[in-house]
Amino acid sequence: MTAKLEKSPARRDPPWLVVTLIMVTLAYMSLVLFLPLVTVFIEALRKGVDAYLAALHEPDALAAIRLTLMVAGLAVLLNTVFGLAAAWAVAKFDFWGKSALLTLIDLPFSISPVISGLVYVLLYGANGWFGPWLDEHNIQIIFTFTGITLATTLVTLPFVARELIPLMQEQGSDEEAAAATLGAGMWRTFFMVTLPNVKWALMYGVLLCTARAMGEFGAVAVVSGHIRGETATMPLYVEILYNEYSFSAAFAIASLLALFALVTLAVKTLLEVQFADELSAQRWR
Amino acid sequence: MSLEISDVAKTFGRFPALNGVSLFAEDGEFLALLGPSGSGKTTLLRVIAGLDVPDSGAVRFHGEDLLAKPVRQRRIGFVFQHYALFRHMTAAQNIAFGMRSRVKAERPSGAEIKKRVAELLDLVQLDGLGGRYPAQLSGGQRQRVALARALAIEPKILLLDEPFGALDAKVRRELRRWLRDLHERTGLTTIFVTHDQEEALDLADRVAVLKDGALEQVGTPEELYHEPASAFVFDFLGDTVTFPCSVKGGVAVIAGAGVPIIGPHAHEGDAIAYARPDQLDIAAAEALGLPVVVRNVILAGPDARLDCVLESGEALDVRLPHDVAAKVSPRDHLKVLPRAVRVWAQQR
Repeated sequence: MTAKLEKSPARRDPPWLVVTLIMVTLAYMSLVLFLPLVTVFIEALRKGVDAYLAALHEPDALAAIRLTLMVAGLAVLLNTVFGLAAAWAVAKFDFWGKSALLTLIDLPFSISPVISGLVYVLLYGANGWFGPWLDEHNIQIIFTFTGITLATTLVTLPFVARELIPLMQEQGSDEEAAAATLGAGMWRTFFMVTLPNVKWALMYGVLLCTARAMGEFGAVAVVSGHIRGETATMPLYVEILYNEYSFSAAFAIASLLALFALVTLAVKTLLEVQFADELSAQRWR
Repeated sequence: MSLEISDVAKTFGRFPALNGVSLFAEDGEFLALLGPSGSGKTTLLRVIAGLDVPDSGAVRFHGEDLLAKPVRQRRIGFVFQHYALFRHMTAAQNIAFGMRSRVKAERPSGAEIKKRVAELLDLVQLDGLGGRYPAQLSGGQRQRVALARALAIEPKILLLDEPFGALDAKVRRELRRWLRDLHERTGLTTIFVTHDQEEALDLADRVAVLKDGALEQVGTPEELYHEPASAFVFDFLGDTVTFPCSVKGGVAVIAGAGVPIIGPHAHEGDAIAYARPDQLDIAAAEALGLPVVVRNVILAGPDARLDCVLESGEALDVRLPHDVAAKVSPRDHLKVLPRAVRVWAQQR
């Protein structure tokens, strides 16, 4: 092995350095990543499988799971439609303010989720800008499903658009132009040409968006009001249980969230393999 | 007149791409748009197809206003420079796309489409390759798929943007002959864009030379080659050598020797003389003419070539018959004089 390494002068690192670097990386990841993840599952099952399942069957727990799935589903749907529209606009057309739009799409990445939640309270809360008007019309946004969905949508806005924009920019608009000269209308061009060309990137973006939407805490915490069984999403419900010292129930819900994330990660990895193949097959120009 | 383009202008931002171009094409004509990059030739093609909208001017086809129709209703076949094949569709699916895009009342049945695709694959000599994806085809094959796809909509006009631009030299020559042959068989009005003068002169019935968004000259390849309207056209259509000269009494005086002038020469006085490298004669060092030193003698190719250096230090390429060139050796001092020149006031 030593002989092999010495072939390249750039890789003539002493063995102790190689071993140290690997050990440091492993130790760090175990401490920061693996150990907590394992702990979640161990703690969740501490009182046995029956207690675990019972915790998940609590009506409040089921309500939290249902709410989380609905909020995530709706936020992802909205951001997918928006992401496609934005990517299409940015990649296929030239317009004034394009670079400003590109920068703004990234904004939710850089601002704290708590602030994302807070702006909705400032806009739609009882004392907010639109508060009195909404009150007159009997519309409530803060402390409701609508508010939670809005906050989640804002925080997860960039995921789909960010995946699509570079790919669609690289592909250009020649194929769309070709479709037009061949007599295809806008929708046919979109569904037969544009969408198939970005389908893997789109699925990848949707998965990332879903994972992030289900786990969102900060923004949702501000707008939800933490009403058990009504406006408590899974992350919020975990916090409530934890504050009530119901540790194994808290961990049971947390393990479910972690499991969602792991499944998403597995599907994402699978897609990446597929995505790489397709990309190399499609990159022939 | 079949296709009539009148006074078309188009500006991108502050950059004028087309400056009032008027041009026509007869039914069944094979027309080339020739020009350097930035001359507006591709923009003109895209305006005809409807992919770019001109700021002013008109485009008519048999008297009908083409500009009033959206791209997809024009029925103009367009072959893109990089083909723009649909990458997730097979060659056959690519070709069928146009037929499948028609409104239901006009759409051929599945069986008819299949039959037509087979015919087109046969026409472009790709039988058996219909199931391949673009990534699995060579550059020349992709080009022919793109052509078959454009022909599938039974276009009234066929437009080709740099059809051979992305191919290597040998495939390019083969495809060129094949495209000419295809044009003979289909009889379709065809306009293609190229920056390669040889390609334009070889293929087209008529060539339109563009420069800076304006039409410089339109004519048959013979007309362009033998009666270039400007120094630009002369320079663009082949290898060029230039000499400073002065025009006196209908002849160009170059280094003290009078040389006959071909074509019009408006004024007397200082001008630039243009010739082709094969229109140059060599003489002994004592004769009249431009003194040169021979750097290299290349006795290969259809013409022999002398690589010479002028007194000014500039290189001068002289093409000669092999038997004449064989008598010259490197480091010889010679005189060079064109047999005849064209004269224009300003270079380019």
